[in-house]
Amino acid sequence: MSSDHDISSIQDHIRVYLIVFGALAVLTIVTVIASYLEISTSEGIFLALIIASMKASLVAAYFMHLISERNTIIWILLLTVVFFFVMLFLPLISYTDQVHI
Amino acid sequence: MEVPYIVKEREDTGLINSKLGIWVFLASEIMLFGGLFSAYIFLRLAAAPGEFAHWSAELSVPLATVNTLVLISSSVSMVMAWASLKLNDFPKYRMYMGITLLCALIFLVIKYFEYTGKFHHDIYPSSSTFMAIYFTLTGLHGIHIIGGMIVMLYFWLPVGSKMWDSQPEHFANRVEALGLYWHFVDLVWIFLFPVLYLL
Amino acid sequence: MSSKSHNHDYHDEGFIRKYIFSVDHKVIGLQYGITSLLFLLFGFSLMAIMRWQLAYPGTPIPILGFLFGESGTLAPEQYNSLGAMHGTIMVFLGVVPLAVGAFGNYIVPLQIGAIDMAFPKLNAASYWSYFVGGVIMISSFFMPEGAARSGWTSYPPLSVFENGQTFWLISMIFLITSSLLGSMNFIVTIVQLRAPGLTWMRLPLFVWSQFVTSFLLVLAFPPLEAAAILQLMDRVAGTSFFLPSGLVLSGEIVDVAGSGSPLLWQHLFWFLAHPEVYVLILPAMGIVAEILTNNTRKPLWGFKSIVYSMVFLGFCSFIVWAHHMFLTGMGQAMSAFFQTTTMIISIPSIVILTSYFLSLWGGSIRFNTPMLFALAFLPMFGIGGLTGLPLGLAAADIYLHDTYYVIGHFHYVVAPGTIFALFAGIYYWFPKITGKKMNEMLGKLHFWPSLIFMNGIFMPMFIQGLAGVSRRLADGGESYAHASGVLQWNEFMTTSAFLLGISQIPFIINLIMSIFSGEKAGRNPWDSTTVEWAAPSPPLAHVNFDSEITVHHSAYEYSVPDSKKDFIPQTEN
Repeated sequence: MSSDHDISSIQDHIRVYLIVFGALAVLTIVTVIASYLEISTSEGIFLALIIASMKASLVAAYFMHLISERNTIIWILLLTVVFFFVMLFLPLISYTDQVHI
Repeated sequence: MEVPYIVKEREDTGLINSKLGIWVFLASEIMLFGGLFSAYIFLRLAAAPGEFAHWSAELSVPLATVNTLVLISSSVSMVMAWASLKLNDFPKYRMYMGITLLCALIFLVIKYFEYTGKFHHDIYPSSSTFMAIYFTLTGLHGIHIIGGMIVMLYFWLPVGSKMWDSQPEHFANRVEALGLYWHFVDLVWIFLFPVLYLL
Repeated sequence: MSSKSHNHDYHDEGFIRKYIFSVDHKVIGLQYGITSLLFLLFGFSLMAIMRWQLAYPGTPIPILGFLFGESGTLAPEQYNSLGAMHGTIMVFLGVVPLAVGAFGNYIVPLQIGAIDMAFPKLNAASYWSYFVGGVIMISSFFMPEGAARSGWTSYPPLSVFENGQTFWLISMIFLITSSLLGSMNFIVTIVQLRAPGLTWMRLPLFVWSQFVTSFLLVLAFPPLEAAAILQLMDRVAGTSFFLPSGLVLSGEIVDVAGSGSPLLWQHLFWFLAHPEVYVLILPAMGIVAEILTNNTRKPLWGFKSIVYSMVFLGFCSFIVWAHHMFLTGMGQAMSAFFQTTTMIISIPSIVILTSYFLSLWGGSIRFNTPMLFALAFLPMFGIGGLTGLPLGLAAADIYLHDTYYVIGHFHYVVAPGTIFALFAGIYYWFPKITGKKMNEMLGKLHFWPSLIFMNGIFMPMFIQGLAGVSRRLADGGESYAHASGVLQWNEFMTTSAFLLGISQIPFIINLIMSIFSGEKAGRNPWDSTTVEWAAPSPPLAHVNFDSEITVHHSAYEYSVPDSKKDFIPQTEN
């Protein structure tokens, strides 16, 4: 198969997997601690989502190998993410923009 | 005659079919869970202020934290299983895949206790829109865990893993595709956990 | 490896593996084709019953009246049921499976020079999921509760409490799964299995249209699946995702938690359903492109701009959906946003249609049956598209929303639009699929009356809509004073509908007759350039081609100066 996966590079990858595992465990604890902070709801949402996004990025980049993935895959995911945000925010904005009688 | 690019990558795209296929499938899954997250946002806005926070307090943060760590561990063991195959170490692969299966089972068991705990206190999906979206989101996630476990079991037992003897590369590719799916399931939980339990 | 004419692995297939659970894309394509044509016929019959009622209210329905009770006429709930099921069946069980499942599956691998789809077993699973979904949908008619009756749009709260909806939802889950697996398969196939030399800009427009369509299906269907799960929970688990607080049903307050939102359903539903209509039209545009260029003996005008327009159309289709929701109390900002995106999305459609019209200029036009249907598509889709514009403008839509104008608009695009293109495709590719030609005389006997009666049914709908006649009225507007001036059109439309039905008889006879005693077709009876015509007619089981396929030319090299023939096949050296 491709040179991407010869023995020494796999062993390097394994080191990375274990480091990421550690980071994820730490960030999980951070998430829980952050939820006990005395901050407003919107600040709380923002913080929680930032931390979750960091964890998700680590899983996606290193466990799912996205950091070295082909362009085709990256573009499909970017397109998906755009529509994901459209689906999340446009209904929300429609709701807040509603006419109230 | 076989469909090409199952094991060998196509030159101009640099991809094998299963890699592209599983990512396209995961794109659809992003939109599926996204639809439910969109519902969560909408319903939270439509509910009385503080109602969601009130119902969310019924959930057990410690149990969910444990579950989060369990699922992250299963993600690591899954990628280690694949790496073992790439290092030609089939016994290690079996060990790591076994650990992944075990972690998945633990996750489900904890979820089972969470759910039955709720029912015991007369809390059902019909009790509030928060509980409705909680049960639906975690329920659909749970169905995805079960689906993943079935495939893992197939690749762990001889019925599926015997392909390693005749077509090791093809088998490793299949495990990689499963791994991508499993990491996605972990990813969804990474967002579910704070959104449902902590906010 | 020996030449591809030897199917070593498949010699010992039993009947079941060869014809029922086949993994050959051609068999699966035919399975989709036959199933969807039958569903189209069934959906048509539902409409015919409805139209009888509209033209002759109170008169028992001939022959089938006994199905609807003592009086032989439709009670309002029965009318609603036929309406909801007509829409659902035509869109989800008829047109899309035919356009994507049948044509896509059969033709795409052939046009890219592949031996099959990327995932043949998954392909079979997609068909059988569709089949099961279809069976569940139709079986709902035989349940004691009856079939769904809350519109194909299934708006809550009505859909949460009305009969027949549970089966509809379960069926949709099977149909959506089928679509998701299928479209994933198409994307991987088109990206990975193109023959050597087949670059993206050499792809036929039919393949491009299927590629964009697959992205629409893969990304837009899941939110509807999510919404369907939520509605199912509302129906069976007592949740109130879509039920607001204080809801009153038959004079009593409904006992649910409340604080849900009916609008949430609308957003999630239309997030799919708008891209869905582009799923309905894109394959049709692809088919029309193939047939126009072949029968004008000229390259299509503006190939690149058509490709970019199809892609842009696909992208834009995700951000226009709330033009179906202008009357839900959306504020000015959001209404302006969706109105703007809707106006913008008309541009690529116009580019494509204009390119097709321009392609005719200076062509040596052959007026065979596929070409007649393809030509008719152009003005019919033009009418459909243009009548969409007042609906996309929020101010005009306030008046026209939920009137017969809307029904006229969307039927023009789907019926003399997409369905004509699908007929064109059947006549065009029949020789490749069966090795026989269809009869031209019967083809013309099918075409001309169909064109006339399609217009007879749908043109008066604009008149009724502009007069303010609402859709989904079981009495066709009889009880409303504002409708009195336009009610006489009901009989005209119903008569056209029945005559349209009769006009399909030459087609059905032609299809069946030609399979057995049609004139032999040979490999390339239309002198076409695209790769599917390099295969034998019919193509070889499992391997399709009897020689190596390499592509050397772009898709539509017709009438190239200084060449021997008036076309250069893509595979020619």
